[in-house]
Amino acid sequence: MATAVSAEEMRPLGSSEDVVVVRQVVRALAVKLGFSLVDQTKMVTAASELARNTVDYGGGGTVRLQTITDGKRIGLRLTFEDKGPGIEDLALALKDGYTSGGGLGLGLGGAKRLSNEFEIVSRPGEGTRVSIARWR
Amino acid sequence: MTKVASRLPDILKRHDAAILKEWVNEQLSVSRPEAMKESALREHAQRFFGLFRDAVQSGELGDVSGPAWAAVREMLGELSQSCTTLGYTPTETATFVLSLKQPLFTRLRQEVGRDAEALADETWAVTGLLDQLGLYTTEVFLKGREDLIRRQQQDMMELSTPVVQLWDNVLALPLIGTLDSARTQIVMENLLHKIVETGAAIAIIDITGVPTVDTLVAQHLLKTVAAARLMGADCIISGIRPQIAQTIVHLGVELANVVTKATLADAFQIALQKTGASIGKATAR
Amino acid sequence: MDRIPILRMSEFLLVTIQVDMHDRLAMALQEDLTDQIVRHRSHGVLIDISTLEVVDSFIGRMIGNIAGMSRILDAETVVVGMRPAVAITLVELGLSLPGVRTALDVDKGMQLLRTSLHGTSNGAS
Ligand SMILES: Nc1ncnc2c1ncn2[C@@H]1O[C@H](COP(=O)(O)OP(=O)(O)OP(=O)(O)O)[C@@H](O)[C@H]1O
Ligand SMILES: [Mg+2]
Repeated sequence: MATAVSAEEMRPLGSSEDVVVVRQVVRALAVKLGFSLVDQTKMVTAASELARNTVDYGGGGTVRLQTITDGKRIGLRLTFEDKGPGIEDLALALKDGYTSGGGLGLGLGGAKRLSNEFEIVSRPGEGTRVSIARWR
Repeated sequence: MTKVASRLPDILKRHDAAILKEWVNEQLSVSRPEAMKESALREHAQRFFGLFRDAVQSGELGDVSGPAWAAVREMLGELSQSCTTLGYTPTETATFVLSLKQPLFTRLRQEVGRDAEALADETWAVTGLLDQLGLYTTEVFLKGREDLIRRQQQDMMELSTPVVQLWDNVLALPLIGTLDSARTQIVMENLLHKIVETGAAIAIIDITGVPTVDTLVAQHLLKTVAAARLMGADCIISGIRPQIAQTIVHLGVELANVVTKATLADAFQIALQKTGASIGKATAR
Repeated sequence: MDRIPILRMSEFLLVTIQVDMHDRLAMALQEDLTDQIVRHRSHGVLIDISTLEVVDSFIGRMIGNIAGMSRILDAETVVVGMRPAVAITLVELGLSLPGVRTALDVDKGMQLLRTSLHGTSNGAS
């Protein structure tokens, strides 16, 4: 069955303080949806990684938080979007250890491992959109 | 359509006490859920009826999923949930709602009886409405059951894999039976919590009783060892039979950073040495 | 700007991270800590993260950096009190904090530091 969205909200991501807020909002949502403590923590951590990328590399953007359902299960989907420089080589960016900004290069790969669904679309010069979902 | 036509809101308003009484009496005489006490039934019926009457006043009779019916849904949800825990059948819960049909039909017949077409319409609307609510109780009921089963399953899994304290600072987790990915995850989480609870420095994961280990399970084992290290405890894996050792090597799972021992006894000895060594030094000066 | 307090506990420094840190706060902590190690000639740093509900790669990197810088200044770092859910998540993230020592709580962390500095776990204070 197709995935349906049952609730949705948007948050700005312009600064490091916004990243903190997004962590808290994601935590509250995950608690509300009945995620286990470990699953909450995984989702909040993934959100933190992607939110920071949006701020640091994407020059800021937004995150859309959606409560989703496929008829049987309930889940949480987060979509990070920016109109920054985009990523030239996606495969490289996804590789653990690759960083262009002095990080550990674990954010993208880690977010992928911490979620059940992962999607990234990026066009050089246009921006980046990363979407993750986790089911309860 | 029903919004303009129905006289139900008016009827409910004028005869509410009488209808409630008839409904309760009917339930007490016929279809009372076995376990539901009379006092409880009266209380539920009164609450439900009040909310139902108010929701009907909104005129929204065709669809109970809207905001006008939120309070009714919530009450039914609670009722179904409590029924799940008390062991009522879904039929009993649904019957509670559906039995309201009879007194309402009676009233409708008295009020609009002369106009056959109107009576048919009204009856149809009431039936549709109560069926929706009845169905809703069943849905909530089933969901409640599912949750209950899942919880019991989880409890059972935790019970079937007890973490034991072998010594001061030393825990052991003897794993027995087939490990699937879900069970391993729960067991491992359990172990990490026990480490925090007991302040153990070393945990021995003994897999002597595990017939086979697949990649996923092996990976969970290793992740647990890594997580325990981050928390400040060391793990030893014992009881790796030759067959499993082969699989692990074949799977290419990296065991290099993990302490492994052939038997639980060997592992225990190492554990005592490790914890004993620091204790020994501390007391001996 | 707020800062994360650094406590002196006998010969060691203790940092208790309690807030959901934003990046500047984390950077400030690194600076303060290196200052204090030098000023007090400390040989051990305990970072208590028992109240932290999330550790992401940024905080992970900061902890790694603190450990690295401390080592250069001849001090050892012990991270204490990581919660199970956080540990499980960090492993999945791919962060294993190599070269950082860990302990279940502050007491055990102190013991660990004493043992490794003096070869005994109840060293003189
Ligand atoms: N939104 C984005 N816009 C442009 N480039 C991005 C974006 N997100 C990631 N990148 C690029 O992908 C690389 C890898 O990202 P990743 O999050 O995996 O690591 P990092 O941010 O460099 O380090 P870490 O997240 O471990 O601190 C980044 O260094 C950056 O070059
Ligand atoms: Mg990143």
